Amino acid sequence: MKMRMLTFIDRPTPIHKMTGASKLICFLLWSIIGMSTYDTWVLIFMLVTGLAVFAVSRIKFQEISFVLIFILIFLLLNDLAIYGFSPEQGVQIYGTRHVILRLPGSYSLTLEQLFYELNISLKYFSMIPFALLFIVTTQPSEFAASLNKIGVSYRISYAVAITLRYIPDIQRDYQEIAQAQQARGIDLSKKARIGIRIKNAAAIVLPLIFSSLGRIETISNGMELRGFGKKKMRTWYSARTFAKRDYLGIAFSAAVLVLSLTIMLVRGSRYYNPFQ
Amino acid sequence: MKKTLVSFHNFSYKYNSQESPTLTDINLEIHAGEKLLIAGPSGSGKSTLGYCINGLIPNAFKGEISGSIRVAGADTRTMSLFDLSKIVGTVLQDTDAQFIGLTVGEDIAFSLENDGVALPEMKKRVHLAAARVGMEAFVDQSPHELSGGQKQRVSMAGVLVDPVNILLFDEPLANLDPAAGRQTMQLIDRIQRESGLTVVIIEHRLEEVLEVSPDRIVVLADGRIVADAEPDELLSTDVLLRNGIREPLYLSALKRAGVDVVPDLHPSDLGLLKIDLVREPLKRWFDQNVPSVKASQGKTILALDHVSFHYTTGTEVLRDVSISVRRGERVAIVGKNGAGKSTLTKLICGLEHPRSGTLAFYGRNMEEWTIKERSAHIGLVMQDPNQMISQQMIFDEVALGLRIRGTDPDEMRSRVYETLKICGLYPFRNWPVSALSFGQKKRVTIASILVLRPEIIILDEPTAGQDYRHYTEIMNFLDQLNGRGMTVIMITHDMHLMLEYTDRAIVMADGLKIADELPARLLSDQEMAAQASLRTTSLFRLAGRAGFPDPAAFVEHFILSEKEERSHHENADANLY
Repeated sequence: MKMRMLTFIDRPTPIHKMTGASKLICFLLWSIIGMSTYDTWVLIFMLVTGLAVFAVSRIKFQEISFVLIFILIFLLLNDLAIYGFSPEQGVQIYGTRHVILRLPGSYSLTLEQLFYELNISLKYFSMIPFALLFIVTTQPSEFAASLNKIGVSYRISYAVAITLRYIPDIQRDYQEIAQAQQARGIDLSKKARIGIRIKNAAAIVLPLIFSSLGRIETISNGMELRGFGKKKMRTWYSARTFAKRDYLGIAFSAAVLVLSLTIMLVRGSRYYNPFQ
Repeated sequence: MKKTLVSFHNFSYKYNSQESPTLTDINLEIHAGEKLLIAGPSGSGKSTLGYCINGLIPNAFKGEISGSIRVAGADTRTMSLFDLSKIVGTVLQDTDAQFIGLTVGEDIAFSLENDGVALPEMKKRVHLAAARVGMEAFVDQSPHELSGGQKQRVSMAGVLVDPVNILLFDEPLANLDPAAGRQTMQLIDRIQRESGLTVVIIEHRLEEVLEVSPDRIVVLADGRIVADAEPDELLSTDVLLRNGIREPLYLSALKRAGVDVVPDLHPSDLGLLKIDLVREPLKRWFDQNVPSVKASQGKTILALDHVSFHYTTGTEVLRDVSISVRRGERVAIVGKNGAGKSTLTKLICGLEHPRSGTLAFYGRNMEEWTIKERSAHIGLVMQDPNQMISQQMIFDEVALGLRIRGTDPDEMRSRVYETLKICGLYPFRNWPVSALSFGQKKRVTIASILVLRPEIIILDEPTAGQDYRHYTEIMNFLDQLNGRGMTVIMITHDMHLMLEYTDRAIVMADGLKIADELPARLLSDQEMAAQASLRTTSLFRLAGRAGFPDPAAFVEHFILSEKEERSHHENADANLY
């Protein structure tokens, strides 16, 4: 399968060796920083750190490119929407007005607005590496164990894990169904007109839904027959104890959070303002 | 007197979703330490009976119950599914779906996790259970690195980590090739002997299960118990045949030879069979002449010439494979999972393209042909009909291929009706697909391909999941099509199918074609059969025990006489219409 999305990619790296729980905590800490601050320098620092960690994890760009492109498209839409709805946001925040391009109404392009939207984009970019890394470097069952560890009910945690677990199976089903339909002469290639292609895609979706539903029933019966949901607590075979690298990771993330908060307090604003 | 572990008392059950009861008036006792086989055709209620033992009924499936079931002394209605799962360990049919964990160890540990067992003890017990099924070296492997048989072992270990009393197997052979199926049976037998567990096997492939020498066989038909006897006794009756269950091949041969099968012959175990009493009749029968069937002399319809293939990453899936198929031939492609069989069909249908070598249809190179163009000549029927059916009504499903090609509506209707008639589906033409049984759905998928009038039809495991009655129906139907000149290529694990319904077997192993032979010859060659993950038939063993010098000839003799018999039946059927 060429297009594997958000599935666990196993490589022997320190990032993979960290426990799921510590990675989740780190990810949450980075998210708090990313959401709270607009400080360009802090965001750039996060982005650089994220890319460095990414390099350490030896996940290849093309392994996550699909999701990344998906996110980028949304980011672009988001940026355009901000401009569409509040083109003066940057001016309000930074208190100055440097017009680059005069446009009708309040839609004149200002340096402040550009800088503001740059910061918004940076916020995304500073968090994306951690979010993706957490997902692709954590084994789904450990993922569930770590969710459970930070207090999420194990039923919900397991539901998440099992979804991730069966994504490759469903992708394989999809592939097989698509091939069966093509072998009947249903054209799914780019040669067919888009309208026809969408109609033809329905020929895959319906069997896929039925085969997935059947699978779900079998799995849930299998799980119940082996006592899933019996007790309030469960233990995890894949649970691991924290090692030095886990404490280090959490400590580092926490330190960055404290630093970011301190900068905010000292400056008295969430924004770094280059215009004054 | 042995302790009774499970007892059904006047038990009947009706699913809420169904009109009539699935099980009626069941009285059955299962004793501690017993090996019990529950056999029956599809829809006989044998899986439902299993659900009643492991507690999925009444806990997961809702329905009406009358009578009672007691497991280990307690009424199952008063027990939770969890209580029962400590007594009855179930190994499901679909090993892929039952494999919940991401590694072997984790999957085995699943029930311990749910019990909240502490990690150090859990690891210890997982290793013990893995060792019992011979999987201790695989604890850290992930499921897709395992074969079907290995996955099943893991499922077994996952049940054995708890001190269960009963092991329940729901169609353990369904997804396995013959060699793996045999290993599974041997493992079940060994575990049973070591532990004294009670083993209940639900299966319609009787011949293979006889290998564990069950103590008793219960036959279900239409939700009722129609036989409950020791194997030797049961095999001496005609209960199996009457209820659409295939009897062991060696037994068919004995009957064909005119041997009166009685319990004293030990018909349930070929190793113990009193061969001295049957050698003479067998020999007489063997010496009779049966007309041999001529090999197809048609033109070469499909030719693969030095074809190699590998996916963008990884090793070669096919290496220098050359195959030629004549028009009107029936060819079986056999071999282990992963040997390259499905890749071969993908190449033929144009879903993948060879890295080197050519494929030709009537001598014309197909390289430039699109999938759609090929589909006009070559039809592909997948194993699971649920993966092919995309329309709600039977007519629409069969018409789909024509509709896409923009066929004139009147012509489309007449072609669809004609195909439905050939497939015996005409009375159902306005039914929704969901109202059909699995076997009927399979026919719908075959019809949806036939309507395109291909010259070659490729079927992937055409008889998987079908009981003997449906199996015979589908295969006879394909034979009729073959009689009209259709070339049939089948990918299969099923030795009976290959023996009786194909003219030639191509064996794939690790991407290489390692044999291209008459099916009977292939199954007489122990080494070759092992490489293809098949196993020699019991006929071959019977001939060996009787001391016949050429066992392969004996197997062929049997097949030919079966074919002759079948053609008599077909003629009789044809006269009826």
